[in-house]
Parts: sequence; structure tokens; C-alpha cells
Amino acid sequence: MTDLTRLTAVETAAAVASRDVSAVEVARAHLDRIAAVDGAVHAFLHVDADGALAQAARVDAGEVTGPLAGVPLALKDVIVTRGVPTTVGSRILEGWRPPYDATVTTRLRDAGVVVLGKTNMDEFAMGSSTEHSAYGPTHNPWDLTRTPGGSGGGSAAAVAAYEAPLGVGTDTGGSIRQPASVTGTVGVKPTYGGVSRFGLVAFSSSLDQAGPCARTVLDAALLHEAIGGHDPADSTSIDAPVPPVVEAARRASVQGLRVAVVRELTGEGYEAGVQERFDEAVALLSELGATVTEVSCPHFVHALPAYYLIAPSEASSNLARFDSVRYGLRVGDDGDRSLEEVMSLTRDAGFGAEVKRRIILGTYALSSGYYDAYYGQAQKVRTLITRDFTAAFEQADVLVSPASPGVAFPLGAKLDDPLAMYRQDLATIPSNLYGGPAMSLPVGLSEGLPVGLQVMAPTMRDDLLYQVGGALEAALHDRWGGPLLASAPELEAARA
Amino acid sequence: MTVPYDQALSEFEAVIGLETHVELGTAAKMFCGCDTSFGAEPNTHTCPVCLGLPGALPVVNAQAIESTIRIGLALHCDIAAWCRFARKNYFYPDMPKNFQTSQYDEPLCTGGYLDVDVPGEDGTPEVVRVPIERVHLEEDTGKSLHVGGATGRIHGASHSLVDYNRAGIPLVEIVTRPVVGTGPRAAEVARAYVAELRDVLRGLGVSDVRMEQGSLRCDVNVSLNRPGQPWGTRSETKNVNSLRSVERAVRSEVERQAARLRDGERIVQETRHFHEDTGLSTPGRSKEEATDYRYFPEPDLAPVAPDPAWVAELRAALPDPPSVRRKRLTAELGLSARDSAAMVNAGVLDLVLATVEAGAPAAEARNMWLGPLAQAANTRGVEAADLPVAPAQVARVVELVSSGALTAGLARQVVDGVLAGEGEPDDVVAGRGLAVVSDEGALGEAVDAALAAQPAVAEKVRAGKVQAVGALVGAVMKATRGQADAPVVRRLLLERLGVEG
Ligand SMILES: [Zn+2]
Repeated sequence: MTDLTRLTAVETAAAVASRDVSAVEVARAHLDRIAAVDGAVHAFLHVDADGALAQAARVDAGEVTGPLAGVPLALKDVIVTRGVPTTVGSRILEGWRPPYDATVTTRLRDAGVVVLGKTNMDEFAMGSSTEHSAYGPTHNPWDLTRTPGGSGGGSAAAVAAYEAPLGVGTDTGGSIRQPASVTGTVGVKPTYGGVSRFGLVAFSSSLDQAGPCARTVLDAALLHEAIGGHDPADSTSIDAPVPPVVEAARRASVQGLRVAVVRELTGEGYEAGVQERFDEAVALLSELGATVTEVSCPHFVHALPAYYLIAPSEASSNLARFDSVRYGLRVGDDGDRSLEEVMSLTRDAGFGAEVKRRIILGTYALSSGYYDAYYGQAQKVRTLITRDFTAAFEQADVLVSPASPGVAFPLGAKLDDPLAMYRQDLATIPSNLYGGPAMSLPVGLSEGLPVGLQVMAPTMRDDLLYQVGGALEAALHDRWGGPLLASAPELEAARA
Repeated sequence: MTVPYDQALSEFEAVIGLETHVELGTAAKMFCGCDTSFGAEPNTHTCPVCLGLPGALPVVNAQAIESTIRIGLALHCDIAAWCRFARKNYFYPDMPKNFQTSQYDEPLCTGGYLDVDVPGEDGTPEVVRVPIERVHLEEDTGKSLHVGGATGRIHGASHSLVDYNRAGIPLVEIVTRPVVGTGPRAAEVARAYVAELRDVLRGLGVSDVRMEQGSLRCDVNVSLNRPGQPWGTRSETKNVNSLRSVERAVRSEVERQAARLRDGERIVQETRHFHEDTGLSTPGRSKEEATDYRYFPEPDLAPVAPDPAWVAELRAALPDPPSVRRKRLTAELGLSARDSAAMVNAGVLDLVLATVEAGAPAAEARNMWLGPLAQAANTRGVEAADLPVAPAQVARVVELVSSGALTAGLARQVVDGVLAGEGEPDDVVAGRGLAVVSDEGALGEAVDAALAAQPAVAEKVRAGKVQAVGALVGAVMKATRGQADAPVVRRLLLERLGVEG
């Protein structure tokens, strides 16, 4: 019998639809897989077996149908789920069961997707290794001594470890794409406003965007289509149809497409092995019929500092609500202490060091007398970066770069060096500041670890990502004789 | 130590400023669909959005934007072609997100004015133009109740309860520019401004403007300077919640600051709390401890960009401003300038006009508001406009009198009933059994009793002293608790006594 956990989402949905297997069998196979390997990977913070089996039974009863009906999914713990714990990787929300569902959660349920549980993440999505989770790090399935990237390391690792064929992540500065890059999976940050943020616990409102994690480009496209589209409950949601991502993933052609390499996102700061795989992939795009050029986006060099002013500023305000009054942790409420003291003790105990660092940074950047020099200036840089993108898209249909400057790094390697950690998102941050869509997909190995290539497109041209990604993926699979993940070590062996 | 108000203003010039918060009467809250009605069980009008739950997002209430633009237009403001909301960050338990979604440097409306009538030296109204700085839209906070302390204040309380029903109700803030040159009438101008503003808002139908329920709230800024000198340091008196208090807050602050300045002391820039009971204020937060609100544009909301054609439509559909409506109606009713000035002074002109518009003759409407209703307001220590009776109800009472269903005395009782919350005038008439009795059979018994009780008076009347019948009529009226139709009683008495009327 085939191992149900090795199927793609498309294959799984087809098998369920044709009644070759039941959705409940599929769900059980994945729950078993989680039971077997998650002790080593730690992708999940909460496994909702009952909820998953109940949803699978609904699919089997024919109550829900659709292209993803019966497909299991790993949901990042930043997305609220009614009655199911949602911690955002933080102590401050330990035990909180939201009284409502995020729009993404609702859309997944309506699509018949079977949510297996909630995945690990850097606390409040602040980090690039998932080591800033209050509940312990996630391990990279390729090498359990290494990180799976972050902040969405849990969803990426779950997909890479065959614990689920699909995952949902959120991407504020690269939190879907960088984990995808270092776990050999496909990750997409849609156009800002393309997927509803309603029910996504905010880190940086103007940058946050939920998107798909998958093992193939087509699987990602199907998930993108299921969760995307206008939501009146999110004022920043775009009132337009989802770009034709599934069709583009199936078309999978770069013939005549203009592809430009971003000069500022290559070379210095990128590992040699990463650069080599990237160059080979670009050459392959050229062989496939794309016109490859180079463009310069001179302001991208300021993207990282601008991001580290805008995101913490918004975070300092977004995270103010965690004050112990209405939900979550409460510390020091002994009847003698004042409300302010209880709030302060709670926040001190509930937030980890990285979250505090960013709250302080953001509070400072917004302070009277500093606003213009920091937050105001960063917004100007953001405008310049947007102009760079606009100019580049006059010369090219899509832009490409390595998705991450390096391969997966060892656990603990960058914990004492925040700036080194922040540089993991060098290549991914510009798209967040601009608002355009971007994808990371695997293009090979360096030192035995996956390397991701990033494709960036103009806003609301998410379809172009899938068109290019689909073509590149097909050519690479031909070259490799199968998906890159097939060469990942067996986890049971790794654990032994 | 204080310096008497008139004396203070002969020595100093006052600069006043008013910040008014108006709760809009929209059906739903500012950023969610929750009900806005007043007086519900605590925390029943809440949802993930107005409780600020993690992940919840705001969506702007279009009706609130429309109301704010209409207010701006009525106050002759410019309407922004494009503006954003901003977050005002500070920690407070009755603010669910620990920031208030407000507007900062991009208000929806800017630079208008409001003309107000203030009685001049000879009693006739004079127009004072109050410049408006801005009108912007924000959300209200919840309410905290501190339990266990002596005064309901947080100090000494054992615990606090928070009600979020009010959290997220749309709130419009209307800020004046500094008002100068009011001479000895600073307090009167402040009060007249708030009164006029309330009439404008009521005319627009955007709020129920009930100061006693907090749907209209005022902060009063006052500073003093000697003539020819730069403006002084100002204080800000918070939560002044009646027209009378607006006037008293300015007066007490003028008197307090004048005394300090006279003694060569410095005025501290501070927030002061007004106490309705004493009419005085006590110091609160000083500017030195002021919060840095770290305003920045609200990233969860799209910018507001009202279509100019729509704004033009709203402008064209504005109701007459109260001053124009007042002039039109006073002219139509033939009221003299002095007559309307008297009604302005008593704060009843608009109420009289509204009563006339509801169908009452001018003279009767005027008599009701200057008579029993002015007395009731006085007894309760409130403005006539704050009485729990609507002009339409007063018009109905007048109608009942002119139809003969009520006597003047009964009308007064009906008004008392309405004020006591017994319902509509007709409910009070039915509930208290106040209909005029003109049925001769029903009155006959009381007439006979009066004649029997006062035989000497009856004899006088029989003897030709007809005017003595008044005492007998009075006895019947008393016996019927004012419900008898007096002319009918008189006729019956004279018939019984065999005398021609
Ligand atoms: Zn609500």
C-alpha cells in the first residue's frame, strides 16, 4: 500500500475524491506520522486529532467537496482557530482558546482541508530560526541539529517531514520563504491584501501576509486559491479576484518571459554554494526560453534597516493589547499590586527577549522627537524601494534572487547575534516593503542542504510566480529524476 | 483664594478653547457591527473587534464618516480629500487594544467656525464667531468601575470592573481655535458655543447629544493674560458635562488663575477635573508627566478619500443652521427681538420653536416653556433642554388643553407625569385619570355638596351677590381635584340657586 503521507495535495485530493482512500484514513496516516517523527522535529505546538478526524469525516460524508477536500494541513499558530489553542509561540497566550475563527481558518474548513494542528513559530513571528518560540525550537528534517528557518519553521518542517502535504504560514519579512528555502519546500508570500489578515495575530500590520507552504508549486497554487480573495472584514484586503495561480502553475512555461536577476541581491553576503545553485537555475531558465537580464534596485540595500524600524514600530503598538486584562497570562495579581504593576509583570514574564527587543526598538522609533528620523525616514525608504520595483518591472516580468543568503544553520549559531539573524531576510524583505508577491522554491543542494530561489512579481501578478516556479520545478525534477525532498534523509533513521 | 469673576476679567483677558466629544448615533460601532444603544447589560454589546482580541481587524463605519463630514460642513470646515486614521498609543484597561484609533495630523475636517448669539449689554443678542480648528473621528473607550474604594476612584479600590459596551462607539471630536476678545463674557460665550453646537448637531440628527448620558462631553481650556501681554499658560478642565457646568468651569478657572497671577504665581499647565457638585476643579495630571502617544498612521485601515461629488451632495442636503431656522421661525411667528432674547436667555428659544414646529400655537408653546417647564428645570438644577420631555410631547399637551380635554391645571399635572417618566401625555392622562369632567350628572353631586357645606355663601348669591359664587366654584374644583370644567360648574351652581349668570 502507498504511504499516504508521501502523496502531493493534488494526488491526495484525487484519491479521496475517487474514494480510493477515505479522508479519515489520510488524516490518520498523517497523525501517525506526526506521532512517529514530531518528537524529533517539533513542528507542532498542538495537534488537534479530534478536530482533524471530524473534518475528515465531513469530507467522507460528502458534506464538503473541492480540489483540496480531505487534504491535511499544518496551520501556523499565528492564525486563530475557534476553541483550539492559539499561542503565537508566546507564553503570554498560553492556554488561550480563541472564541472565533480567522478568515483563513474558515476558508480552509469550507474547502474541506483537514487542519491537523497548530505549528511552531518564532514568538509573534519575530525571528528567522523558530528558536525564539517560547515552546522550544523546531528541528530541520534535513538535519535535526539545524534550524528550519523562521518564523514559520514549524509549517515548513511539517511539510518537509511529510507530517502534512500543505502548510499555511505568514510572511512579514520572509517568514514563509526563508523556511521554504532551507527546508527544500515551496513557500509563497502573496500580494499584500491578497489573503485576508482577519484572525492573523498581528506582528506588523502593513507587512504581514499569510500564504501557502507545499511540496510542489501546483499544490501551493491550489492552497493559494483556497485561502485568497477579498474579505470585507479586512480593510486592507484587495477587492479583486485571486490571480489565476492554478492555471499558471499548470501552464508552467517561461518561454519569452523576461527574467531579471537583482544585482543587489547576489554576491557578497550570499554563501558560495547558494550562489552556484542560483546561477545554475538562472541558466536553466534561459535554456527554457526565458530572456535573462540583470537589473539594479539601488535602494534594496536600505531595506533591512527600514524594515527593522517599520515592523517593530507597528509591533510595539500591536502587542500593547497583551496586558492580562481580558485574556492570556496574568502575573502578580495578588490583590495588593496595582493594575499597572500586574500589566508590567505579565508582559515581563510573558514576552521573550526578542519580542521585548523589538517592542523597545519600535517604541523608541515612534517616540516624539524621533519619529521623523526613524519611522518617517523608513517610510520614505519604503517608497524608494517600491519605485525600484516599479522601474525593474518595466524591464522584466519577474525578478529573481537567492531566497536566503545561506543554507540551514545550526541551532544556536545565531542566537547571540541578532544582526546575523536579521540578515537571513536580506533577500525577502524588499517584497514585503513593496507589497508584491514572491515565492521560494528548491533549486538544489549545497553541503547536502537545500537552496531556494526567489521569484518576485508585480503586485497582483501572483500568477507569474507559479508560471515560472512550475516551469523551473518541472525541469529540475527531470534533471534530478524526482523532487529534491526525495533525497532528504529518512527521519526515523536520523532519530535512531 | 479667588478673585471675583467680573473683577478678574476687568484686570485680565481670557483665552478660551473648547474640545467637545460627541458620540454619534450610528446603529453600529465605529469599527464593528456591535449595537450602540445605551444602558445594556455590561459587555453584551461586544465582539472580537471591539474587545481587541488578537487577530481582529477594524472596518470603518461609512455612516460615521458621513456624519462627521456633515458636521464639518455645518461648521463651515474644509473636508479633506484624503486622510488617514492614526493610532494613539497608551495603556489603559478600558481601552481594549491599548491604543485608540483616532485621527492625528490628518483630520477629516479643518478650519471652520460657528456663530453664536450672546446677550449684549442691552439684552439684545450679539453674534460672536467661534473659530473651529478641526473635526475628527475616533472611537470611544470602555468604562471602568472601581469597586471597594471610598469614592469610586481607582485609589483604594479592591478591584475594578470594565464594561466594553461603549468601547468602539464612534466619537467625533470638535476642537475650537483659541477664542479671544470675549471681554467680560468669556464664560457666557463658552456656554453659548456648546449650546449652539448641540443645536447644530441635533438639527443634523447625528447624535442624541445628551450631556447627562455622556453623549456630548466637554473639555474647557482657559488661560489669562494682562492686556497687551502674550497669552498665559492654559489649564484644561476635563469632563464638563452640562451647559451650566461649562459656564461654571470657565468662571471658576478665571477666578482661580486671576488670584494666582495677581499674587505673582505661575500657572501650571495641567489637566484639571471638574466636580459637578461644587462647581470647582482640582488638579490632575501636569504636562510634565504627559504621555507620549507615539501617533502613527493606522496600518489596518485604508485611507479615507471622500468623493468630492458626494461631499457636494451632503453639503446641498444640510438642514438650515439653527440660527437661520430661528430667524425664519421668529419672523413667521412675529416674535419681537426682545421676546426672543428673553427666550434665548432662558435657553428655551429652540425648544419653543420646535414645539411650534410640532403644531402648537406660538403663545402657548412660549407659555409652557417659560412657565411650568422653566420652573421644573429650575427645581432640578438643569437646563430646560436637558429635561426628559420632547417638544412634540409639549405640543400634544397644548393640543389637549385647546381641545378642552385638559384644563391649565391638569396640563401642569400631565407635564409632571411626563417628566416623571410616566410615558406620553396621553398615557399620563389615562394613567392619572386627568380628563376634564364636564358631565353635568357627574358634577351635580359635588355642586350639591358645596351648596350644603356653605349655606351662608349660597344665601349671599341668592340675595344677588353673584360674584360670591367664586368660593363655591373653588370648593367644587377642589373636591374634583381640578378636573371639573369650571364654566360648567359655575352655570350649574347659579341654576341651582335660581340666579341669572
Ligand atoms: Zn464589536
